[in-house]
Amino acid sequence: MKPRRIVLNLTGLLVAAIALFPVYWMVLTSFRRGIDIQSPDPSFIPFPGTLNNYRKVFERDFFWTATKNSLIVTSLTVSVALIVAFLAAVAISRFRFRGRTALLVTVLVVQMVPAEALIVSMFRVLDGWQLINTVIGLSLTYLVFVLPFTIWTLRGFVEGVPFELEEAAMVDGASRIGAFRRVTLPLVAPGLVATGVFALIQAWNEFIFALVIMQRPGSKTLPVWLQEFNEGARGTDWGGVMAGSTVMAIPVIVFFLIVQRRVTAGLAAGAVKG
Amino acid sequence: MTVTTTTEPGAPPRVPVVPVPATAERRPPRPRRRRSVLPYVLIAPTVIVLTVVLGYPVVRLIVQSGQEYGMAQVFGTPARWIGFDNFRHLFEDRYFWTVLRRTTVFCFVNVVLTMSLGVLVALLLNSLGSKMRLLVSTSLILAWAMPALTATVVWQWIFDSEYGLANWVFDRQGESWLADPMSFFGVATIIVVWMGIPFIAFTVYAGLSQVPADLLEAASLDGAGAVARFRYIVVPMLKPILMILTALSTLWDFRVFTQIYVLQQAGGISRDTNLLGVYTYQLSIGQSDYGAGAAAALLMIVLMCILTLGYLRSMFKQDHI
Repeated sequence: MKPRRIVLNLTGLLVAAIALFPVYWMVLTSFRRGIDIQSPDPSFIPFPGTLNNYRKVFERDFFWTATKNSLIVTSLTVSVALIVAFLAAVAISRFRFRGRTALLVTVLVVQMVPAEALIVSMFRVLDGWQLINTVIGLSLTYLVFVLPFTIWTLRGFVEGVPFELEEAAMVDGASRIGAFRRVTLPLVAPGLVATGVFALIQAWNEFIFALVIMQRPGSKTLPVWLQEFNEGARGTDWGGVMAGSTVMAIPVIVFFLIVQRRVTAGLAAGAVKG
Repeated sequence: MTVTTTTEPGAPPRVPVVPVPATAERRPPRPRRRRSVLPYVLIAPTVIVLTVVLGYPVVRLIVQSGQEYGMAQVFGTPARWIGFDNFRHLFEDRYFWTVLRRTTVFCFVNVVLTMSLGVLVALLLNSLGSKMRLLVSTSLILAWAMPALTATVVWQWIFDSEYGLANWVFDRQGESWLADPMSFFGVATIIVVWMGIPFIAFTVYAGLSQVPADLLEAASLDGAGAVARFRYIVVPMLKPILMILTALSTLWDFRVFTQIYVLQQAGGISRDTNLLGVYTYQLSIGQSDYGAGAAAALLMIVLMCILTLGYLRSMFKQDHI
């Protein structure tokens, strides 16, 4: 091997190690016993290991409630967002109408509105609608912030299906809706799935709005539950906190690996940070 | 530097140079012969949701920034209109300027680090063999997929003052990294940059694969070294991507919240470590001064809009809409 190649490969290994290490360290710590975590000399292998940390997480107050809340909010957000965004994406990519450009620009601008600045105002509005501490309230909030990205990505997928295909079906006697349903929809389906999963990840991970809107212990979502566990433990139960983090992160990582390739194209435009 | 155009398994996604799916600009939407109401029906749900759930809070925010709105008003006292007083108080508050300056510096440092390291990783990906590239890109995807909250919690554990790995590595028993503003922002920067690099690296890498190989070869035959080829061929060709990525990173890093919030909860010196996002939140939630909070939030939105303008301009320039 040429020296240049060796240097490159070593750098590659180093980059991979740095990128991977926190994920590895999280999973590793979650399987370690308390005394090993608190030993002055850290060990980098999970032996002797324990499942105790996970048992503690599963038995901890409100863990299952938080998981349930997260699942409900996420599925509500994703299903509504996909339907609403898909309709808009079809309008944008299949029709030319007055206000089309305005809508596109709005979508881009909304994407840039810092959610952080709207927390309190959002809270007060939802409060007026009696939607604080409800999954509906949180899902509505997430809907707004997931929608622009979803529209933008789906628009790309719908445009990817040539209109000529639909036309051909119509020439063969299909109605416009029939042609759309039988020709375009199946071809867009993978795009819908990928976009949906990406919205799912966003909703599952979201922390700030959940922190403000879901304040009752029984209505907290998983990220808020985890941060509370983290604050409460104050560095005394890293095994438990890491087990909780792993439980929250692993589904996301798996989903992300599945759809990442398909959705990245829309990412730069959609301005969503994973 | 060689440019491969084949897609081997495990190679990161080929994002088109243009930040929209490649088919988008090839065929403009087909004009309909008759004026139809159908498109308006189709976009109606989107318009309604955006107006009611986003537009209304924004309007409320604007109104509130001109009102005296504290705890008393929450419990029913009518809010008094005070014009621009909230803004004036904010501008007269030296602490606000400190926070703004701090936010700008933090944002600048993080964008520069994320962009330069991201581009370097992209160049690395581009010159690695396929197996090594699979390894590096998979690791990057894993880092990218980590939720911001769990990533911050894990880094917090790595920098824990008692049993954290950092203390073992640097041989500093009991060092509290989060108690000192400088090291606090050091840790925050590590987290933000670590999370930000994969996106930059993949997008730039995808752009690199579009740089024609023969162009680089020709330059190489003419005697241009690697640095010259990068400077005079790669950078100009990637300029649109680099501009958009820089704009996006700036927007993201300017509003950073989760990382700072979580680290503050662990370190406990929020006054010395507040950035604009967390500060806005504290004004409202912590001090119940909703009027001032609204003014600060509005200011943040305006600043972001100015930053966004650059981003939108570059999007429009490439005619992606």
